[in-house]
Parts: sequence; C-alpha cells; structure tokens
Amino acid sequence: MRARNVLAALLLAAAGLARAGDYAALPGGRFESVLPQGDLPGVSVPVTLAPFELRRTPVSVAEFLAFVRAHPEWRRGTAPAVFADARYLSHWSAPLEPPAGAGALQRPVVDVSWFAARAFCESEDARLPTWLEWEYAAAADETRTDARADPAWRRRILAWYERPGGAALPAVGGQANAHGVRDLQGLVWEWVDDFNALFIAGDSRTQGDPDVLKFCGAGAISIIDRDSYAVLMRVAFLSSLNAADTTSTLGFRCARSLPGASR
Amino acid sequence: MTDLPMTRRGAVLALMAAAHAAVAAQAAPAPPVSTLPGDSVYRLRPRIVDQDGHAVDLASMRGAPLIVSMFYSSCDMVCPLIFETIKQTRMALPPDRRERVHVLMISFDPERDTVAQLKETAAAHGCDSHWTLVRASDADVRQIAAVLGVQYRRLPSGAFNHSSAILLLDRDGRIAARTGKLGEVDPQFVDVLARLA
Repeated sequence: MRARNVLAALLLAAAGLARAGDYAALPGGRFESVLPQGDLPGVSVPVTLAPFELRRTPVSVAEFLAFVRAHPEWRRGTAPAVFADARYLSHWSAPLEPPAGAGALQRPVVDVSWFAARAFCESEDARLPTWLEWEYAAAADETRTDARADPAWRRRILAWYERPGGAALPAVGGQANAHGVRDLQGLVWEWVDDFNALFIAGDSRTQGDPDVLKFCGAGAISIIDRDSYAVLMRVAFLSSLNAADTTSTLGFRCARSLPGASR
Repeated sequence: MTDLPMTRRGAVLALMAAAHAAVAAQAAPAPPVSTLPGDSVYRLRPRIVDQDGHAVDLASMRGAPLIVSMFYSSCDMVCPLIFETIKQTRMALPPDRRERVHVLMISFDPERDTVAQLKETAAAHGCDSHWTLVRASDADVRQIAAVLGVQYRRLPSGAFNHSSAILLLDRDGRIAARTGKLGEVDPQFVDVLARLA
C-alpha cells in the first residue's frame, strides 16, 4: 500500500514535470555576438534581440518520454532515418523505456536529433532558440546579464569542458543565472534552430574569402573575440552537425517568441 | 428483405469506387508517406509554392530523378552559376533521358522571392517547364536546408551566405549524389544521373 502511494506520488511528479516546460522571460536588447553579424567578415555589428522566453532547464528524459508517448512517430525505431540517425535514443532500453536508476528521468535528454528537438518544441507551442538567443542567454552569470568580460567566469566555464567524458550526466536544475535560466553551461551541448547557419572558415584568421565558390556571399563566419573559447567550441561543434545527428552529450531546450515580436 | 444489407453494402462500395475514381481523375495522388524509404527527403512535408503560385507537394516529385539546389534571386555571385551548372548537367544526358530529369530550386529568401520574382528569375535563366522554383516560410526553408545539408545565414543587407550544393535525389527522394563543383559539369554526378534517368 505504501509502495503504491510512493509510486503514485512519483507518477504525479513525473506528470507534472512533463507538462509544458517552465519558461523565463528575457528582455533581449542590444547584444554583441562573438560571431560577426554584419555584412563584412571580421567586423562586429551589435544586433538587437526581441524579447523572448526561454525554457529554464534543458528538456529532461521524463519530458521527452511523455512526448514520445503522445507522438508515436517520434519513437525510436519509428522516426525515419532522414529525421534521426541510428543512434537516436539508443541508450534507452526500449522505445518507451529510458534508462533506469535513481534520478535518470531528471537528466537532460540526449541522443536526440534537431528534427526531434524541433518537433518536441512544437508540441509545447515553442521553437528552438536561435543561436543569438542562446548566446545572449548564456552570457549571464548568477548576478550579471553579461559576464563575458570577466576572466574568472570564463575560466569557470572552460573548466566544464575539461571534465572527462563518460560519467553519467547530472540532473537538470543547476544554479540559475541572472535571467533565471539554468544549465546553459556545464551540462550538455544544446541544439539551436539555426545550427546550419553557423559555418566557420577552416582558418578564421582569413579576412578574405578563399572559398568564394563553396560559400556564396561574404563567406563563412570569421571570429571576432578569440578569447571566447567556450562559445567558440559550441559554434564549432554545432557547425559540424547534420540535422539527423545525435550524440550522447547533445540535448536541447525550447524558446518562444512573445506575441507581436519579430525574431 | 434478406438481401437489403447486401444491397446497401453494394451501394456503399459503388459510392466508394466512384469517389476513388473522382479523386484519381483529378490527379494521381501522391503515394502515402509511409511507403517512402526512411531516408527519403520526401518525408519532409514543407508548404512550398512554385513560380506559378501553385502549392507543390514535395512527394509529388517521386518517380523520377530530381536535381535540387537552393538559391536567392538577388544573388549575383554564385547563384547564376548554380543555374548554369545544372543546365549543363542536364545537357550532358542524351535528349530522351534528359526529359525525365526535373529540377527543383528552393529560395532562401521568401521575403523578396515572391511568386512574381520567382517567375522572373526562371525566365531570366531560361528555365523551361522542367524547372520548378519555389518559396517557403523561413521555418520550412530552414528544414529543407537541414535535410539537404545546406548551410545558410541571412546577412543584415538582405544577402545570404550559403554553401553551394547541387544534389541529386533518386526516384524515391533519397540523396544519390551531391556536388559542390560549379561552372563545369561534375562527371561523377552525371554518371549517377545517367544511371538513374
């Protein structure tokens, strides 16, 4: 009887978490990306971001489980190869059975493709954040909305990348940043909607465009702030992906435009 | 009395047959998505509109090889070269097989590539009836590019950076070949095309 009560409570808790996620409102405004946003390669132009909402935490295994329960077409083995590679949710023991173990349901979902992440976000009337939205949100530390100039903060983020791989991921819900958003750093890589806009030249020191035929227009992105290694690692990682790719360290969170705001 | 249920069923069947015939007469319906291979690009169901303003079902391209690329009309650098290269690639086939090869060009720029602009661009590049130039919403363009492995981003000026890829889809929409070679025909691409056409 007692065990059943505990189980019921757990199920209720899981159902609660699996409801549409909790979003923080971000004011947007003028933002200088590490990646040049202007027409000229290597020249920084600040952009103006419209206010938007961002999920406070990455999508958890429990939330993704609820999604594939409701959307059979996104279950492992059913989702077509063009939308999710063979590795999709491969660490789950069955299409509706995520890994067991204490806290497993509260870990960020990984091994999901861009298409699957997009479909999840659509299911809660949201979308994936753009790269700029993600970068802007992730520029904050616990107290400042833009901590990027602080060498101590940079070192802290870099330390995460030095952590050896292979260990089980922690649960979502780390320390909130100044926007009330958690786990932007230190947990998983995250899909962004325009991941395929992030192409970088093999050698970012090149100002000219040796590859004018491969890339039409002003060419691939060249980097402005070379000290932002952590962000640049993300850009390099995201730009190497195909939309059906999945990896064991890549998850996602969703964003929402505010009514009337254009992206 | 006893044959009434039978008659009723017969009537239903006749109605169904008539309905089916009516649908079939309108247009050959696209085969259901579920019969497509899992790695078919035609699994994607974007809302696209062609240079004549007609909605196009991507899966209706099924049944013949298709050359696919992405472009934007105001592009003066690589895009004209893409059109030219595809033309040359088709010309590399004997006329009877060339006829079977259609071309789908997807615009990056739904804002400025209106239906009228698409029509103008098709005319400017001398595209015949084998060519379909289409526009879609930003979100659908992003998905199409993703499935084709094309990278692009919009610049503040309204121009686009994009990777230049010409793809070949087989009769079921699977990517059979891809080339970044522009200004001249890629012999390997033509080999695959000749095999499929």
